[in-house]
Amino acid sequence: MATSGASTESKSSPKKTSKEVIELTSATVRFAGDSGDGMQLAGMQLTNTSALVGNDVATFPDYPAEIRAPRGTKAGVSGFQIHFASTEIFTPGDKVDALVAMNPAALVTNLPDLVKGGVLIVDKNSFQPKDLKLAGLDSNPLEDGTVQGYQVHAVEITRLTRLAVDGLGLTQKEADRCRNFYAMGLVYWLYNRPLDATLRFIDEKFARRPAIAEANRRALLAGYNYGETTEAFLSHFRVGPAKLSPGTYRNIMGNQATAWGLMAGAYCCGKELFLGSYPITPASDILHELAKQKNFGVRTFQAEDEIAAVCSAIGASFAGAVAATSSSGPGIALKSEAIGLAVMIELPLVIVNNQRGGPSTGLPTKTEQADLFQVLFGRNGECPVPVVAPRSPADCFDTAIEAVRIAVQYMTPVFFLSDGYLANGSEPWRIPDIDSLPKFPVEHPGPAANGEPFHPYTRNERLARPWALPGTPGLMYRVGGLEKQDITGDVSYDPENHQKMVNLRARKVAGIAQDIPPQEVEGPESGPLLVVGWGGTFGAIETAVRDARKKGYEVAFAHLRYLNPFPSNLGDILQRYEKVLVPELNMGQLRYMLRSEYLVDAVGLNKVKGKPFASTEIEEKICEMLGK
Amino acid sequence: MSDNSALQVLKPSDFASDQDVRWCPGCGDYSILAQMKKVLASVGAPREKTVFVSGIGCSSRFPYYMNTYGMHTIHGRAPAIATGIKAVHPDLHVWVITGDGDGLSIGGNHLLHAIRRNVDINIVLFNNRIYGLTKGQYSPTSPLGKVTKSTPMGVIDNPLHPLSIAIGCEATFVARTIDVNIKHLGMVLRRALEHRGTSFIEVYQNCVVFNDGAFSYATDRETKAETTLELEHGKPLIFGKNRDKGIRLNGLDPEIVELGKGITEDDLLFHDEKAPEPSLAYLLSRMRYPEFPEPIGIFRAVEQPCYDELLNHQIDEARKQKGEGDLEKLFHSGDTWVVQ
Ligand code: SF4
Repeated sequence: MATSGASTESKSSPKKTSKEVIELTSATVRFAGDSGDGMQLAGMQLTNTSALVGNDVATFPDYPAEIRAPRGTKAGVSGFQIHFASTEIFTPGDKVDALVAMNPAALVTNLPDLVKGGVLIVDKNSFQPKDLKLAGLDSNPLEDGTVQGYQVHAVEITRLTRLAVDGLGLTQKEADRCRNFYAMGLVYWLYNRPLDATLRFIDEKFARRPAIAEANRRALLAGYNYGETTEAFLSHFRVGPAKLSPGTYRNIMGNQATAWGLMAGAYCCGKELFLGSYPITPASDILHELAKQKNFGVRTFQAEDEIAAVCSAIGASFAGAVAATSSSGPGIALKSEAIGLAVMIELPLVIVNNQRGGPSTGLPTKTEQADLFQVLFGRNGECPVPVVAPRSPADCFDTAIEAVRIAVQYMTPVFFLSDGYLANGSEPWRIPDIDSLPKFPVEHPGPAANGEPFHPYTRNERLARPWALPGTPGLMYRVGGLEKQDITGDVSYDPENHQKMVNLRARKVAGIAQDIPPQEVEGPESGPLLVVGWGGTFGAIETAVRDARKKGYEVAFAHLRYLNPFPSNLGDILQRYEKVLVPELNMGQLRYMLRSEYLVDAVGLNKVKGKPFASTEIEEKICEMLGK
Repeated sequence: MSDNSALQVLKPSDFASDQDVRWCPGCGDYSILAQMKKVLASVGAPREKTVFVSGIGCSSRFPYYMNTYGMHTIHGRAPAIATGIKAVHPDLHVWVITGDGDGLSIGGNHLLHAIRRNVDINIVLFNNRIYGLTKGQYSPTSPLGKVTKSTPMGVIDNPLHPLSIAIGCEATFVARTIDVNIKHLGMVLRRALEHRGTSFIEVYQNCVVFNDGAFSYATDRETKAETTLELEHGKPLIFGKNRDKGIRLNGLDPEIVELGKGITEDDLLFHDEKAPEPSLAYLLSRMRYPEFPEPIGIFRAVEQPCYDELLNHQIDEARKQKGEGDLEKLFHSGDTWVVQ
């Protein structure tokens, strides 16, 4: 077997199994249960462990919008899907190979995603008449034929967990809270995962509650041993390490990568970071993460509302910090006027939009890409704002640095347009060498003693104005939302000047195209079909394109990071293909942009179901367009 | 580097920018601008460390006229922007210039929160009880029944009282003054400047064009001694042309009493701007014309930690406890693995 490159030894894992081991290149597992059942935790643990054994991993948490939906109901079902593989993977998997369902509601809502013949583990004890009633079921799905055609393991998880923790003095409620560790143990056995990382996690997390720690430990081991010793499972699986490029890795979630990217961006220009934010799903974790980093000089401000959040960031930027605000579509709507102010007064600012289903409150916990028009156009007046979009959870790091770079070098607000799928998803991240990060030091004009008024609206070769900071003698200047006189920055109502300033602001943003890498294309340089994507759909498109090519289809793929301005070679690229396909989780917003900008007859593949694309959906469309 | 200039002797004119002041002739704003320059010059405030932030409205043009740093922002949001400035640059002197519409209507939320956080800023609310810039609609401080362009049959919504709101948010410095009472205005501005934490000042400001005479009861030579009451710390509440009337507490309510006839100064309410409880200050803020003389002066001035100071203290503490942040260390924290 390939030796794992993982540095972690499996010290505390139970002994080698005697049962048959089947080698797999990849597996997709989903934990599903009530939102109080600890499914997210189970998923995160399996993710971490899989990453540590050297798998490539991709995850997709799917949790309900209501924090406390009635227990046991379909509305309260929370899920966590993880795809781990010995090859490079880009998505959390279209279909599930093994499903853990902690109650009937979780079973019936998730079963359609389980492959035929897949492994189904259910907690048999939670299929009592009252549970069925809560799930709105007339009959027991374990008995009425619903689960026919799957490898069903109806395990008494509740009873066996209670037995395992017996004697520790736990209440029944506390004992039942260990069920997720039991289920985890079973899944760890099923996929030959070492237990030590999770045991370590238990030690740390419950350090102050030794009885709970011991209970979880016992539940985990009991689950593992159940697989090993009972006759129920005849074989289990192994997924070896993936050939990732050499380096030190960690698992990272999109929101964490975004937060760290903003910190790194501030580091790269030699400044401190300020985040003004108001809690909103799915962006709050950026605020949480940065609030912990005070020893980096990171100042976080939980504002009274979205408007104050962005305004505080504008104030911080005026005073000389690298400033950011983080939100989702509804919050961005509230920030629009202030973003216009930042455009007018030309101050650097990064605005994170983790998109979710809309309009209005929409689907807060579900992903979507329908805010592209919002960030491009959602302000009054001619108000261009650069837009960058990360493609994967780990890519949030690099893209956030790039957002900071553009903001400080061009003295402009910049949108970092991510989505809920990337924000909460995770994948292995090759930790960069700090010295390899780009450096873009900022220079502020120094004090002036000549008594002449300072002119804040002069421009450098990038058309950026000087970032003069309060506290600097001799540079006292006033800015504001009223139109500015070119060079002096005084208020001006002059018609010629307004035209000039509108043109200047547009040219400044358009000029960024000269300062970003040309668009790359993967696959043939010309040919019958180019797929164009942006943002979080990267993984699904990449998988689809690779699979289609394996079947002999000639298809190229360009994934855009820069949505405003577009890379300068994009027009040429689009002309080189007979057909252009644009898959998006909206009703065709990038397609609309490409059509209007480049007059190409781009075709859309569009879906807004609050779910990411399955790669097969895209692959089918590719095949259909190539007509074979 | 700015230490030298702090020692410079500045004249009020050094605080004037090169912009023409464009308020209507006779507007109360001129007087506030003049007093501001005078006070800043007199205390030797360093211009480069002074920032004026405003929202939208007539008063909000103020920053353009000051030769300091300045930001004329968007409607109602100045307190939030000022909070961001102070968070990252706590040694700047930040003034927020706002009005009754800007501060209490569209920006009410930010005003409340800046005050309750006790951000070290000075908020000057020019109250003219009307919308001037948009030419004469009623404002949240316009009295009931007032006929304006948008209320041809009279205002039917209850007005807000700026000081009651500030005190309700437990502002640490609360004062009221009047545009034409320039000595008093200067004194209040100076006290606000000296205060650490949010200073909230309401200035009765006459809009000559759309609400002329709204405060004539409080400014007319004939009536002002009867309609206003100047607060002084540690002194009894006395007013009237002959200083023969005072305010006494009757249970929880203030009442007007005449001195003499068995009532002495000792029976009156004594003003204590340092009272830790804001209840008496609130009671004063509810004394309104015509039932009562309206108090002017410092209602409340108490010391409490400021948000910007606490925030930066946490940064220092975190650095002390965890050491200066190291990205390399952060990225490698938790579980990692090596691929050869
Ligand atoms: S409209 Fe009223 S408040 Fe505005 S500048 Fe004129 S007088 Fe002053």
